[in-house]
Amino acid sequence: MLGRTNLEGDWGMGPIELALAGNPNTGKTCIFNNLTGARQNVGNWPGVTVEKKEGTIPFQGRSVKLVDLPGAYSLSSFSEDEAVARQYLVNNSANAVINVVDSCNLRRNLYLTLQMMEAGANVVIALNMMDEACRSCINIDVEKLAALFGVPVVPTVAAKGQGMQEVVQAAVDRATGPRRPFKIEYGPALEKPLAELEKSIRSTAGLDKKYPSNRWLALKVLEEDEGVIEEVKEVAGGRAILARAERARAALAQKGVKADSVLIAKRYEYIDSLVAQCASEACSTGNVLSDKIDKVATHRLFGIPVFFVVMWLLFEFTFRLSGPFITLVEDGFSRLGAWLAIALPGMNASGLFTSFVVDGLVAGLGTVMGIVPVLVTLFLGITLLEDSGYMARIAYIMDKPMRVMGLNGKAFIPFLLGFGCNVPAIMSTRTLESKRDRLLAIIANPFISCTARLPVYILFASAFFPAQKMPVVMSLYFIGLALAIITVKVFSKVVPEEKDEVFLIELPPYRLPALKGVVTSLWEKISDFLKRVSTVILAAVIAVWALSSLPYGVEYASRESLAGQVSSFIAPIFTWAGFANWRATVALIFGVLAKEVVVSTLGVVYKAGEGGLGAALAADFTPLSAFSFMTMTLLYAPCIATIATIRSETKSWKWTLIALVYGFGVAWLLSVLVHQVGSIFS
Amino acid sequence: MNAKTMPLNCLPLGRVGVVRELLAGAEQQRRLLDLGLVKGTAVEAVLKSPAGDPKAFQIRGALIALRNGEARQVLVGLQ
Repeated sequence: MLGRTNLEGDWGMGPIELALAGNPNTGKTCIFNNLTGARQNVGNWPGVTVEKKEGTIPFQGRSVKLVDLPGAYSLSSFSEDEAVARQYLVNNSANAVINVVDSCNLRRNLYLTLQMMEAGANVVIALNMMDEACRSCINIDVEKLAALFGVPVVPTVAAKGQGMQEVVQAAVDRATGPRRPFKIEYGPALEKPLAELEKSIRSTAGLDKKYPSNRWLALKVLEEDEGVIEEVKEVAGGRAILARAERARAALAQKGVKADSVLIAKRYEYIDSLVAQCASEACSTGNVLSDKIDKVATHRLFGIPVFFVVMWLLFEFTFRLSGPFITLVEDGFSRLGAWLAIALPGMNASGLFTSFVVDGLVAGLGTVMGIVPVLVTLFLGITLLEDSGYMARIAYIMDKPMRVMGLNGKAFIPFLLGFGCNVPAIMSTRTLESKRDRLLAIIANPFISCTARLPVYILFASAFFPAQKMPVVMSLYFIGLALAIITVKVFSKVVPEEKDEVFLIELPPYRLPALKGVVTSLWEKISDFLKRVSTVILAAVIAVWALSSLPYGVEYASRESLAGQVSSFIAPIFTWAGFANWRATVALIFGVLAKEVVVSTLGVVYKAGEGGLGAALAADFTPLSAFSFMTMTLLYAPCIATIATIRSETKSWKWTLIALVYGFGVAWLLSVLVHQVGSIFS
Repeated sequence: MNAKTMPLNCLPLGRVGVVRELLAGAEQQRRLLDLGLVKGTAVEAVLKSPAGDPKAFQIRGALIALRNGEARQVLVGLQ
């Protein structure tokens, strides 16, 4: 089955690029961290929001680059993750691929291995021992596996860092050695059309040698692989090949042979026979302990209570832990501001410049950065839930209820997280495979009332509804949730439906999260967030400063400032909503920095401290217009960090703008509705 | 096909079935095959979610949740 060809790869001492591939939950991330340590770089794969991690491995004085491919079971293009991994491999970007294989689960893991080898990748298997229980009862003949498959196999224990150098050595050897093509015999019925297709590919200039091998391309067109077909169509002579494949499929179908079924079945057959020859399968029936936990955690009766307890713990944990740090961040910035307010004039800085730095940059960034501790703790909670395996169970339990909204169980997580903070919530939509579902979940998410809006509700509810504080605040949460659901429904009519896909969730065995990995991934997420949103946030901070402090010399955010003038001009649009005064409008404009700023701005424009603000508000608001104003604050526009996140996750200013205009429209309509309907009854 | 053939979603918990046939359309079928649901593969029904749908199956060493709508497309023979 193996043979050497003249595809000699000679990289000499040039740079080597290795890729790391494997199924999810095989210890791939752990190996990546072991090998690259802190020398990591996180970005995005071109055109998609799938995370791309790269690192360097110091190896015998050479710098070896390691690219972490998204975890995938297969190289089909069903999900973005798979498509990314596949595109990378098919373009032959890596000199060698380290394929992490869970030794307890050869029969599933080797399917990806096989597909990568068929696609011409230079594979080295890192046979990773996942858990103790399995290690004691499974017995793999490593040398035989290597000999049968024709690839180097290195046993590793990722969690203990064992076998790491050996893997890299094997991969570098492989990268600098000759390429060895790999071929599975699919039987006479299929080999004949395959050979014919290969022949016509060879005579088509645009396709010959374009892909890893002409045989691989022949297989893919015969399998009717959508990704490949789209590409082949574009090439001169491509359509003729597709027509030939179509005829071959029809001829096979007449003999009762479904080409794609047989090809996939043959691959699994090949793996089964290989595994039978080199591994004892004493314990192939899954994870006993994990199954026991699931009997409770996903139980018909206990499943839901367990879920509520875990969620309560998540939020408790997040806010207890983040509270002190928020204060720390805010204090830090205000001290920096106070120091600069004295230091800058001392350095002959102009008053305008000092105001720009102190009132603008430092004060503004201090406000927006107050979000970071919440992000850190929420991300920490999410990562722990993900790594432990419980996150997949949430999607599993909530799938049926979420179908009422036309979404699947995986879309539940973003909605839930939105009650904490919309930023990580929107980022968590990445787990949704369908682009359409992602877009719907992103646009609806800002309506979910995050914690930053609570201070506004508390201020107004205490001032105007002292006796019914709780019900008033709760009603706002429900209005937000209801509108999120309605939004999904409305936009699902607008955004084109995708083809019927198979929905599945893998439930990985429960595992104790490894702390080291958690900290690394936390740092990655936060720095990634800051990098991607910093420009938008900075622009907003500067704009708010200009509005509040220009023309130069006016009192901060007073009626004479730009903000005051603009607000006086637009305030009349809130006449029907009951709060057409410029102060409320200024508060709403500044609230875009962060929703809790609505409270502090009101304090400034009413010239009232925390205590007296409630009384001062009574001059401009009635209980009804207070409720209408709270509704507005809940819905009108997400904060700047969220806007920037929507933009970076949708990669589209168009959808960001649509989300904003739609959000404001809904907010205006609803607060008008509240005030007008309320006026009838009061 | 003998009398003991049933759609996968009806497989009782704890029982093992062997894949006999896939009924789904081309695209879905390929996805299911890719998952390892090829003819002759043993599948065990392991969990039922609180709502009864989806259900989780042990397929080639991984625990995978499928909705009833999709599991219905997989015919299995009881062992």
